[in-house]
Amino acid sequence: MDLMKIFLIALLVNNVVLMRFLALCSYIGMTSDVGQSIGMGSAVTFVTVLATAATWPLYHFVLVPLNLTFLKILVFILVIASLVQLVEFYLKKNIPGLYAAMGIYLPLITTNCAILAVTFENIDYGYSFIQSIVYAVGVSLGYLLAMVLLAGVRDRMKTSPVPKFLQGTPILFIASSLLGIAFMGFSGLIK
Amino acid sequence: MKNLWKTFKQGIIYENPLLMLMIGLCSALAVTSNVSNGIGMGLAMTFVLLFSEIFISLFRKSIPSSARMPIFIIIIAAFTTMVDLVMKAYFPELSKSMGVFIPLIVVNCIIMGRVEAFASKQKILPAIFDSFGMGLGYTWVLVGIAAVRELLGNGTFAGLQIMPQSYQPILFFILPPGGFLVFGLFISLNIWLKKRMQKPGKERA
Repeated sequence: MDLMKIFLIALLVNNVVLMRFLALCSYIGMTSDVGQSIGMGSAVTFVTVLATAATWPLYHFVLVPLNLTFLKILVFILVIASLVQLVEFYLKKNIPGLYAAMGIYLPLITTNCAILAVTFENIDYGYSFIQSIVYAVGVSLGYLLAMVLLAGVRDRMKTSPVPKFLQGTPILFIASSLLGIAFMGFSGLIK
Repeated sequence: MKNLWKTFKQGIIYENPLLMLMIGLCSALAVTSNVSNGIGMGLAMTFVLLFSEIFISLFRKSIPSSARMPIFIIIIAAFTTMVDLVMKAYFPELSKSMGVFIPLIVVNCIIMGRVEAFASKQKILPAIFDSFGMGLGYTWVLVGIAAVRELLGNGTFAGLQIMPQSYQPILFFILPPGGFLVFGLFISLNIWLKKRMQKPGKERA
């Protein structure tokens, strides 16, 4: 499978939020304005790629030779949690500008299921290291895209008359449903 | 006893983890394209929740509060691994169709949330009731959504043909956008139910 195909499938055809329902908590919770959604989206992109780069070698060079693959869940979640901590410390000390932009989102990322899912899927699909990285980038940019789209829709929603029984969260799901229908059009993209 | 019953009831409607607290959504929407997946996921989740709450409430005095998060995660991950392996061994079909969502129970915010907010402060008995309430609250919503989606989108209920043969399935409901739509309507329904149930109580008081 060539890299471009992996990337496009992850980004559009199987969009992580709209088609696969991963990372929904932050999708609903963090999209009240566009700036915030971009911050969260880029923090997730950053951590997903790092997490993939850390867990793939760990699985193939440590867990497989030692026959400990059943510990995958435990090991991956701990690696991601400590990675997030490290990144937070590093950014705080060395790149304060970037920390100010996405630091507050970092602690929330530990429990973002998209990241953990990506690391599991790279193993399950038998991707090579390069393919895993491309997949991680595709998935997390897909997440960013969906976040920005919903944030844009929510901006418009503030001034539109929403039916009374759908006010609040229900309308967000209806809007996501419509976004999902639009994204289904992409399924013709890959043969 | 009354309090225990109240704790149990909280999870089902008033503090329903999915419809009211809006946590643990990912798995709820992804596995509900048919009823058997919904039931499987609900049971798996309830199991992990129950045992994590029991263990954490048992050891709540010996877990230092500064290191509590990693300890909680390890306990939850251990039970999730158990569920994952049991599912793979005894229900390979079910496990395959749910795919990555079984291991993802470990980052399900419902478990982390309940463990942090409830089990780490309460005795074992309330913790057990809380986990059953939350688990049941999660499961009924899952089965409800799955029932609507499977019936309309495939004409079946848990694999049995319900709709007449002439019924043309509306494929939309099985597909992801249908999940969003049905879930949105369920939240709306739950808000209405909650309002309806609260009104008579207020009038009496």
